[in-house]
Amino acid sequence: MSKELLRVEGLKVHFPIRTGGILIGQYTPLKAVDGVSFTLNEGETLGIVGESGCGKSTLGRAVLQLIKPTDGKVVFMGSELTGVGAEVIRQKRADMQIVFQDPLASLNPRMTVGDIIGEPLTVFFPKMKAEERKAKVRALMAKVGLLPQMINRYPHEFSGGQCQRIGIARAMILNPKLVICDEPVSALDVSIQAQIVNLLMDLQKEFGLSLLFISHDLSVVRHVSHRVMVLYLGKVMEIAERDAIYEAPLHPYTQALISAVPVPDPDIEKNKQRIVLGGDLPSPMKPPSGCVFRTRCPKASDICAKEVPVLEEKMPGHRVACHHWGIPDAAAVPTVAHH
Amino acid sequence: MTAVLEVRDLKVRFATPDGEVSAVNGVSFDVNESECVGIVGESGSGKSQLFMSVMGLLAKNGRALGSAKYRGTELVGMPVKDLNKIRGDKIAMIFQDSMTGLTPHLRIGKQMTEVLVQHKGMGEAAAVKRALEMLNLVRIPEAARRLAQYPHELSGGMRQRIMIAMALLCEPELLIADEPTTALDVTVQAQILDLMSDLKRVTKAAIVLITHDLGTVAGLCDKVQVMYGGRFMETGSVQEIFYQPAHPYTAGLLASMPRLTEGRREKLYAIPGQPPNLQRLPKACPFQERCDYVHERCVDELPLLRDVTPGHAKACHLLSLANPVSDPKAPSLKVADEARSA
Repeated sequence: MSKELLRVEGLKVHFPIRTGGILIGQYTPLKAVDGVSFTLNEGETLGIVGESGCGKSTLGRAVLQLIKPTDGKVVFMGSELTGVGAEVIRQKRADMQIVFQDPLASLNPRMTVGDIIGEPLTVFFPKMKAEERKAKVRALMAKVGLLPQMINRYPHEFSGGQCQRIGIARAMILNPKLVICDEPVSALDVSIQAQIVNLLMDLQKEFGLSLLFISHDLSVVRHVSHRVMVLYLGKVMEIAERDAIYEAPLHPYTQALISAVPVPDPDIEKNKQRIVLGGDLPSPMKPPSGCVFRTRCPKASDICAKEVPVLEEKMPGHRVACHHWGIPDAAAVPTVAHH
Repeated sequence: MTAVLEVRDLKVRFATPDGEVSAVNGVSFDVNESECVGIVGESGSGKSQLFMSVMGLLAKNGRALGSAKYRGTELVGMPVKDLNKIRGDKIAMIFQDSMTGLTPHLRIGKQMTEVLVQHKGMGEAAAVKRALEMLNLVRIPEAARRLAQYPHELSGGMRQRIMIAMALLCEPELLIADEPTTALDVTVQAQILDLMSDLKRVTKAAIVLITHDLGTVAGLCDKVQVMYGGRFMETGSVQEIFYQPAHPYTAGLLASMPRLTEGRREKLYAIPGQPPNLQRLPKACPFQERCDYVHERCVDELPLLRDVTPGHAKACHLLSLANPVSDPKAPSLKVADEARSA
């Protein structure tokens, strides 16, 4: 499990946004992903958490080169994906797949389930016989919990949970090494979420898959991940082993995020001291100077406005980008006063 | 305790080209003064339509049957003119999507004062003053400036606060919140939940919280009603529902949630199968197709709500989850009877 599959170094994705100008446009960069580095080992799940607009989905797409990164390096199975030709990337895509959030919207409504799941085979193995392809699709359908006799049906005939199974089967048919799961269970009901989470974990165990599990749901991420990375406005705030993130988070943002999640337990929930952050997420067009989190941070001081904190290893395997990092002390963590 | 809302055998039906859809199938309950009731269910369980029918907000093809009384006044079938005197004044509602819940082309100030002018007959100046008070109560920074802004100029969390402020303008006796935090980010959700638990203490309004999120229910509610297939599966205090669930569905829901406070479990419990199709609901117990303990009676007879302990009721034929055998004393309706009465 220690073999490195994916390495991302200083990845940046900046979108130019037109902010003025009449004949010649003036553009301001929107820094969706701003210098993200991490590694992913074989058979490992890295959870990527953050609120909307933190760049977690853009990051997933930039790793797959679905969005061209502005800067930085993506090294997959030992070879670089950034700055190489489209055909090289296309060949690599057989080994890296994605499962999308909206199960129905990510399936072509005019294709049968068999054609959807089998399409990667027709693309990568055009000489494969139709019969062989169908046999492979049927076998995989059974594996992901769909009845193989439904092979000729259309996506609208399936429920949300079943559509997500179809999306997962499509991602799995080429036997990839890496699957990026972009909020794979957020659109599903509670009782169906558990089915899909179990399926992904079973597939991981059976095929030795590596997963990038992008989600805003911290409870699900805790269950599926080996390590967790916390993003805020396109930057990594903290990355560590799962239990370290949840039991001893060192970054004030992670601490607030975890304390904010409602737990389905009345005794815990009614007595807990929630760290309530003031205000809203700043605009990614005008990120704050220095530390991007400082405008909402209960620990912010002068240095935070002047110096960008560097992501550094503060404890073994635990990297944090904060000037005032530290283990939360129940009394020392202030509940932010409301305006 | 006096009941603000009394609902008896309420049903909601929708006429569609493919046949009738039964969204709510006969529910009865009270909401008492200054009580917070959680209505929990997944999509299609009928939890939203139940209160849409109480508010007279059903779609054109929908109709409500049965009774829903606000302080003794029947709301089902009430003419819109009379309903408008109660809605927004005595009973207010907060919707999930704050962008569509607010009128996009009216300034916040106009939307807020309109309610007061309409219901309380206030003058413009008094209404503005009251609107400002409310915005301060829900902790909106620079409240005076917000009154001149349009909804799209505000963030999602801010819009949700404005919806809450609007709902509270006339000091309603009953506040219905339909998934008030579902569309929000975790840290903003925490702000709104914090605000709601403060409001619960400050105002005397009874609150109904409709949600699929057991976490929000655990923090805010006193009582919980679990819905499935348009029926109540289990009702009880928040302690009873979370610590002594008596219905297999409630127990399954709780077990299938990954916990923030727990590490990686080998496997999550997953309720098998799919949520029911409301057009083709099983005639007897709606949960029968997904239940681990299903037996003959579940297919033939509809279980009725019955007390497990006083105040804690379940609609299930089982004796208990610890001893999952059919309880001969469990009250039920033979399916044939049910077909006749529906």
